[in-house]
Amino acid sequence: MSELSSQKIPVTVLTGYLGAGKTTLLNRILSENHGKKYAVIVNEFGEIGIDNDLIIGADEEVFEMNNGCVCCTVRGDLVRIMDGLMKRKGKFDAIIVETTGLADPAPVAQTFFVDEDVQKNARLDAVVTVADAKWLSDRLKDAPEAKNQIAFADVIVLNKTDLVSKPELAEVEARIRGINPYAKLHRTERCKVALADVLERGAFDLDRILEIEPEFLDAGDDHHHHDHDHHHHGHDHDHGHSHGGLKHYHDEDMQSLSLRSDKPLDPNLFMPWLQNLVATEGQKILRSKGILAFTDDDDRYVFQGVHMMLEGDHQRKWKEGEPRESRVVFIGRELPEKAIRDGFEACIVT
Amino acid sequence: MTQFDPGERPSIASLTDQVRRLAIGVTATAVHFLGDTAVFVGTEENAALVNQAGEISTVAIHGGGILCTTSDGKRVVTGGDDGKVVALNAKGETSVLATDAKRRWIDNVALHPDGAVAWSAAKTAFVRSGKSEEKTFDAPSTVGGLAFAPKGLRVAIAHYNGVTLWFPNMAAKPEFLEWAGSHLAVTFSPDNKFLVTAMHEPALHGWRLADNRHMRMSGYPGRVRSMSWSTGGKGLATSGADTVIIWPFTSKDGPMGKEPAMLAPLQARVSMVACHPKQDIMAAGYSDGTVLIIRLEDGAEILVRRNGSEAVSALAWNAKGTLLAFGTEDGDAGMLEF
Repeated sequence: MSELSSQKIPVTVLTGYLGAGKTTLLNRILSENHGKKYAVIVNEFGEIGIDNDLIIGADEEVFEMNNGCVCCTVRGDLVRIMDGLMKRKGKFDAIIVETTGLADPAPVAQTFFVDEDVQKNARLDAVVTVADAKWLSDRLKDAPEAKNQIAFADVIVLNKTDLVSKPELAEVEARIRGINPYAKLHRTERCKVALADVLERGAFDLDRILEIEPEFLDAGDDHHHHDHDHHHHGHDHDHGHSHGGLKHYHDEDMQSLSLRSDKPLDPNLFMPWLQNLVATEGQKILRSKGILAFTDDDDRYVFQGVHMMLEGDHQRKWKEGEPRESRVVFIGRELPEKAIRDGFEACIVT
Repeated sequence: MTQFDPGERPSIASLTDQVRRLAIGVTATAVHFLGDTAVFVGTEENAALVNQAGEISTVAIHGGGILCTTSDGKRVVTGGDDGKVVALNAKGETSVLATDAKRRWIDNVALHPDGAVAWSAAKTAFVRSGKSEEKTFDAPSTVGGLAFAPKGLRVAIAHYNGVTLWFPNMAAKPEFLEWAGSHLAVTFSPDNKFLVTAMHEPALHGWRLADNRHMRMSGYPGRVRSMSWSTGGKGLATSGADTVIIWPFTSKDGPMGKEPAMLAPLQARVSMVACHPKQDIMAAGYSDGTVLIIRLEDGAEILVRRNGSEAVSALAWNAKGTLLAFGTEDGDAGMLEF
């Protein structure tokens, strides 16, 4: 599977609220001397004027699949452009999709899951979200799109850090972590970030999930086991808590939920439970990820999801001495935390 | 004129050793015949012309990817990601019919027997009549497919949530046929009575134009990429499944309430279909590179090309039905003469 997926053209989705610095990052990516050629799909032709790169304009056309499910949406224009670009395979190494500042990243990501032809030729590499250190906190209050973009991110480029004080920076980081503790976060000025930190991440690659996110299994210990103390307060103001110096905000509706078990899971219980969960709560669940240890199974099982869509596979053998631990994370809105925890725990073989 | 007659041949006969292999030097996205010259349209930049003697010549037609192509038997018209609409004749002469002012991709092209040409870039559809008048229509969303009606100057524009029937020469409001979902390729039945779209979902949708009654044609495992009307418009052959699916259009209700014929099952997906222009036979190309000729009456098959390569991406008969040409995604091509 890794061999096959490596032949597919990697696609980086670049998102971020208006004015955060997407175009700056894009210019940086395109103008750096990396010896690679990118096809860039942009929603608005801005100040980008790069020779030798394919730059294509796209419409913001989102459509629902005909099953009537509002969380199964696809970008029709993206499908069209991907089809066209595939005629020129070999002319570029990777694709960057720059979405408008107001875009919901879900239909973009889902296009790579749902569309058979797109999936055959391209693989989603990562969702990179540029955030404005000075204004993000305000946007999280008034712009649901900004929140979705943070929740969806595999990599967050926290830009304009030079425009804020240290406490302000700590606060905005805490707000981001309250929504999405799993994304890699890079603090930048003028989007100065190493390209290797934003491109070729393989964040949607089931084979690489843990290699690029080694903290995936550990992150929870820093701020996850507190989760159940804070969710579902039922009142809608933000508040902070200190945990060992980490100021931890909880957004009133967007949250992350992490589950773990060092005892094996019963696949015959877990898989139907997970499928049922995303089928019924998929609108609330933006992203899901998991690494699973099943009973009588020497392989690690990994899965990845966007709303209702799930993709999973056996990844590799558990290494000797490696703790056989399962961990699942959900990022979403108004997640039914207790039901999810109870459902997960019912799959643990004791 | 020698005509192919599958008559008494047993099933799974093979013509593979009679296929002329062609080193066309392009990966064909389509093939059309201009007389007895096969025009293989590449995925980018070039077309390869192959005459009946098997001589190959390459012509540059676009400065980039070739996104769409059509032919009326007299010329091949293509649209590219260079924003150009280009016409090519059997002598290999090209002419630029239009250049998009904003250099947008030309996603669809269509030809009318009287010489009119239509194309689209993003949401805008253009029609240039034989008299070189140009008209435009802005669809509510990106144009997925374009087709001229067999009669009159009427254009079907497929888009999200339906099809618009546009009369470029009339002030009348375009007619809108609504059906939820994203509509891509669109085709009129040769008798002008039905309109069928291939949707983004693995399904077709159709309308009976007399009363706009809906026809839902679903059950495909994959998206329908290729459609071809059998001779006389009796059936619509389609790709998208591991058999050729042929919907019956002989009655006034079309395929409403009827089962399609399912012919030539293989362990591969049908990728291209091309019905013979005069007889009740057709050619089908598969995702594993197989090419078969199929008799519509009973599904008898003749092997033209064996499996073992990338998908068949181009397939066409000449107008007389004496030549069959095919191309595959890995650049192989061949021609069979009857």
